Amino acid sequence: MHNENTMNPKACALLFAILALFPVTLLAAPTGQALAFTCAGCHGTDGSSVGPSSPSIAGMDPDVFIDVMKGYQQDKRNSTIMNRIAKGYTEEQLKGMAWFFAKQPLRLKPQQHDPQLAERGKKLHNQYCEKCHENGGVRGDAGTLAGQWMPYLEYSMTDYISGLRPYPRKMQRKVDAVIEAEGADAVEALIHYYSSQHEAKRDDNNE
Amino acid sequence: MSKYNRRDFIRCSAGMTLAAGSLGFPTLLLAATRKVVVVGGGVGGCTAAKYLRKLDPNIEVTLIETKKTYTSCFMSNEVLSGDRTLDSITFDYEGLKRHGVKIVIDSVTAIDPAAKSVATEGGDTFSYDACVVSPGVDFKWDAIDGYDEEVAEEIPHAWFAGPQTVTLKNQIRAMPEGGKVIIVAPPNPYKCPPGPYERAAQIAMYCKHHKPRAKIIILDPKDAFSKQGLFTQGWSKYYGYGTENAMIEWVGAAGGGVVEALDPSTRTLEGEVEDFTADVINIIPPQKAGKVAYASDLVDGDWCPVDKLTFESTLHKDVYVLGDASSAAKMPKSAYAANSQAKVAAAAIVARFNDLPVGDPTFVNTCYSILSHEHGISVAAVYSLDRANNMILPVKGSGGLSPMDASDIQRKREVSYAHSWFKNVINDMLE
Repeated sequence: MHNENTMNPKACALLFAILALFPVTLLAAPTGQALAFTCAGCHGTDGSSVGPSSPSIAGMDPDVFIDVMKGYQQDKRNSTIMNRIAKGYTEEQLKGMAWFFAKQPLRLKPQQHDPQLAERGKKLHNQYCEKCHENGGVRGDAGTLAGQWMPYLEYSMTDYISGLRPYPRKMQRKVDAVIEAEGADAVEALIHYYSSQHEAKRDDNNE
Repeated sequence: MSKYNRRDFIRCSAGMTLAAGSLGFPTLLLAATRKVVVVGGGVGGCTAAKYLRKLDPNIEVTLIETKKTYTSCFMSNEVLSGDRTLDSITFDYEGLKRHGVKIVIDSVTAIDPAAKSVATEGGDTFSYDACVVSPGVDFKWDAIDGYDEEVAEEIPHAWFAGPQTVTLKNQIRAMPEGGKVIIVAPPNPYKCPPGPYERAAQIAMYCKHHKPRAKIIILDPKDAFSKQGLFTQGWSKYYGYGTENAMIEWVGAAGGGVVEALDPSTRTLEGEVEDFTADVINIIPPQKAGKVAYASDLVDGDWCPVDKLTFESTLHKDVYVLGDASSAAKMPKSAYAANSQAKVAAAAIVARFNDLPVGDPTFVNTCYSILSHEHGISVAAVYSLDRANNMILPVKGSGGLSPMDASDIQRKREVSYAHSWFKNVINDMLE
């Protein structure tokens, strides 16, 4: 583990010398909150989207947020618009946004879903997905599935399956396995399950 | 370990606060009585009101708006295709009340920056510590001879969503099979740069199924327009643009698109080069800052100059001008821009009330256009402030248009994201 708080005295002196040389304007640094506020028009106030397809990003794991944004910056992850937007931010700014959203309560909305499909999806989830997407896919270090907007989940799965978005480790094996064993509509069942979970909560907060 | 315990620390801090108060910085005492008056209940005004309360619940925020309900201009083109009702884009201000914003339905006559007060037609006066003005645009009614506010009831602009949107929709439905619609586009700058071109597509969406021989002609005083490559590509794909059977045609300035006058009795447009007649005419006049901005001496030229760090008027202290009326180059006059600017202004006002330095601003614009149920396109930008030149510049390497070679799946997703954009912008300003 490295400690980010330590800095050798020489580097420190150099940094101050640099700071003194440049006018303050060059150090423009909007706060994480100011940066995050600009996302609300698509992702909702403080990151809780009211749908129908932009995902909620409130309460998102900060490391996942940064990984996702870097994926967009590098055009590694398929997107319509986020690749263009992500390229507007430095790594420091992404961290600022990530921490802002991590602290926001996730407010989920009920969505129309097929209860029978969702019931089947629940069983499939427990068998194939729960190991990484814990507690029914509530927000965590594998993203937010429970209560997430249905079209967004569909787009994500379409992109994984068609190769437009690289699978995280182990995920492809599980997706292949569930489709092989349960048929192509297994994915649909999973999506109906997740989108039915707007009341899902994590144990460690008061959402 | 520190030799001070927590109680000592609190005592020490309290002592400092008292000392600061006695030295003439009684911020804690005054905080509860700071007043902001917001003029205009559109995207800029509502977002500012909500975020002021969100950032500092001690601020008393009063929003003054002429109309009891808000009807969004964005997505109003979908009323023309029939995909939406006017009702579906009309909202009340109850959500803002839940944030503690006082809503006053009245017309502001003028802001008095010297007295720091706002006067209304109803005869009320509201004093302020900071005033946020977001009046939107007004039309230059003298630009097209023969076209005025009265004529606009029959030959609508429909550039403010409302009764005229419905008039235009009904006229299109009533025109003969094979009828002709003319849209007169405005010169730059105007609110919603892609709006006239999306409007052509939305009208064509209706006509394709109900009046397949109809023509929609855009007369344009410009030689280029927003998202032009993407629009012409989409028009070609769905509406035969560029072919003999084109449902949509575009006539730019060089091709004789400049309209100088209207004869309402014969529905004839006098162009610089030739005259045009049509069954339905939609004139979107040239634009300038809204009336209140002129009445309050906030305008230089057609728009309101502002310090883009805070959106405070450069003409009058403690008055902040947001959205379409402000001179906010290089941001476009769009809903998302107004929403983004409002948060910057709100944060600046809160910082100043609390004697804190104003933070660096950051802006985003995202704008969608829907050409068919399967076809959405967008433009996006992330901006930062060039303080030295008071210019809001896109961050290099970011933003831009939907790619020309996007797949059908991507185009369809942009329609869905456009509707998400709509719902979330509305929610962010009103709920």
